[in-house]
Amino acid sequence: MQPTSHSFKANAHQALGNANLQKALGLMRQGFPAKRLATIARLPEFEALREEGKAIKDHVLDNLDFYLETFEKNVLARGGKVHWCRTPQEARDAVLGICRALDAKTVTKGKSMIAEEIALNDYLEANHIEPIETDLGEYIIQIRKEYPSHIIAPAIHLVKEQVAQSFRETHKDLDPKRVLDEAPTLVAEARTILREKFLAADVGITGANFCIAETGSTIIVTNEGNGDLTQTLTKAHIVLASLEKIVPTLEDVSTILRLLARSATGQEFSTYTTVSTGPRRPEDTDGPGELHVVFLDNGRSAMLGTEFQDMLRCIRCGACMNHCPVYATVGGHAYGWVYPGPMGAVLTPTLVGVEEAGHLPNASTFCGRCESVCPMKIPLPRMMRHWREREFEKKLSPATYRAGLAVWAYFAQRPALYRAAAAIATRVLGYVGRKRGRFRSLPLAAGWTQGRDMPAPEGRSFQSLWAERRKQGKAA
Amino acid sequence: MSEARDQILGSIRRSLKRGPLDEARATALNERLAAHRRNLIPERAAGRDHAGQVDLFVAMAEEVQTTVARVASADDVPAAIVEYLSQRNLPSRLVMTPDPQLDGIPWSARPMLEIRRGRAEGDDAVGVSACFAGIAETGTLMLNSGPESPTRNNFLPDTHIVVMRGDQVVATYEDGWTRLRAGRAAADGAFAMPRTVNFITGPSRTGDIEQRIELGAHGPRRLHIVLIDEHAGAAAAGRDGATS
Repeated sequence: MQPTSHSFKANAHQALGNANLQKALGLMRQGFPAKRLATIARLPEFEALREEGKAIKDHVLDNLDFYLETFEKNVLARGGKVHWCRTPQEARDAVLGICRALDAKTVTKGKSMIAEEIALNDYLEANHIEPIETDLGEYIIQIRKEYPSHIIAPAIHLVKEQVAQSFRETHKDLDPKRVLDEAPTLVAEARTILREKFLAADVGITGANFCIAETGSTIIVTNEGNGDLTQTLTKAHIVLASLEKIVPTLEDVSTILRLLARSATGQEFSTYTTVSTGPRRPEDTDGPGELHVVFLDNGRSAMLGTEFQDMLRCIRCGACMNHCPVYATVGGHAYGWVYPGPMGAVLTPTLVGVEEAGHLPNASTFCGRCESVCPMKIPLPRMMRHWREREFEKKLSPATYRAGLAVWAYFAQRPALYRAAAAIATRVLGYVGRKRGRFRSLPLAAGWTQGRDMPAPEGRSFQSLWAERRKQGKAA
Repeated sequence: MSEARDQILGSIRRSLKRGPLDEARATALNERLAAHRRNLIPERAAGRDHAGQVDLFVAMAEEVQTTVARVASADDVPAAIVEYLSQRNLPSRLVMTPDPQLDGIPWSARPMLEIRRGRAEGDDAVGVSACFAGIAETGTLMLNSGPESPTRNNFLPDTHIVVMRGDQVVATYEDGWTRLRAGRAAADGAFAMPRTVNFITGPSRTGDIEQRIELGAHGPRRLHIVLIDEHAGAAAAGRDGATS
């Protein structure tokens, strides 16, 4: 999809005024964080497992070439195929080639962020192949012609009335007078409609939460079972995966799986965790005739060895966005591309460029909640700060902002001058604001005072009080 | 294609500021793979004896809306299934996997069960299968695909009934993998994974509409386990004792 991250400010402004979105985000704020806390309270080893998960992923990244080659060898040994794709176009072409070779007309899809990243659906449709999203949230946004707003719950920005309206507009064969007030009826309707599609599809495409080097297996984690029906019933199973999904062994992935569902939805374990290896065996009566793993680089290999390498540990749980005060206020669409929230603020500039996505790492108060809940201990605020530094170096930040920073830097590098200037400013502001105790507006501070009053300083600066107390302490 | 492969691997190595791994390091990594050591194992299940693990398995499964019926022997299974189906007004026509683990059960004792052995189809309402293991840690079933256990039987039927034995319960996922590896050594020294290993924890569900959890999203809306467990009688007596 074409990024609109450069319009983040306008997007965010619009989001704040969207009543349905605000209602939906309110539900999210109550839901995920509480469930996560309750579940991890039941697992005393959770913190230790975070350390182990981080260590496993760091080990893989240091040896990524070895593990990718090992994974490929094992996929081939089981009769599968591996396609190496440097760019989204190469990945799209790989998928199209597989579909064309099988004369595929319809393709069922499990949820895949890589598919979004390479804009696969539009490409398939342009080539007369019908992609059908089967994850309920993805299906809903597909029929609404929207993009996902959350990496785990793609339709989280909608309320059920919007879903019901979309079902009425799309499922025209059903009785228009039917009642669609409640979630169970909506789910039941989607189940019936999509069951037919599952059974008729030619090719099934899923993502991969993990790729196991030891066995050449790929793992998907769902609650619905759609990913399983997608890959079991079709002529071919295509797995879309970015390079960093590799994990060495089944035992290693068991450790990380203990972190994933708990961090994502507060479940002990997702309903369906499926480990797939190769195409169907000769003696099987079930399973895809072909298995293809399409690996996408698209900037991951370039992130290694840089200050952004830690981002490659991400297991796409969504905990960071569930806990982010900015995401919880503006929702995922404001971020303008596939990956929203804190992880999107770090990843999007690496994939589409900081010129396009520079607003995202600035949409943060650095409260640090994201890092504290990240199961893989990714230092998200630090990397957002790296992006801000890069923007500054590239002179991408607005001129007034850079000028202001330059003034501050001048003073900050001269502590005596800083203290003197602060002392003057404190006394002046304290004097001017003495009657009301606060300022409703201040020159040069409109960004602050537009939304809140600035308290007037009372008395002296901390520095001068500190100096005085130290003198007193020495005298005593 | 191999040009892309070489470029990608080359890009990785350039970023890591090295060439391909030297033989010593590659050997060490291969040994790490071959050893497939376990990492930290939580105490929750591993710290219990087997009977405790079976109880934990049942408790965790029930937490996620799996229903569990414990019976004392294989002879009791057909009656348990008839009771389950009739209590919920479900049809007694079943599709049952050709799994030999289900052969020793006296199905003919309940002739009202119309049983078709084979692969499930789109309109099957009730499916019965066996499983490979039960993971006590989270009440998770481990099922392997094969000619006798087609994967679609776990997903197509509206109601999925799994018949298992107490000795199939293990503590952790790692224990499940250990059992799988033990049974499947392949000729080249590797071990032969099935096409699909399903870890199933409760019936299908979604929270995609206003985050309200609804069951039966695409997979079965009901998951029922009939657990053949010699301790079953004792467990039932314990419960009755507590309530009387």
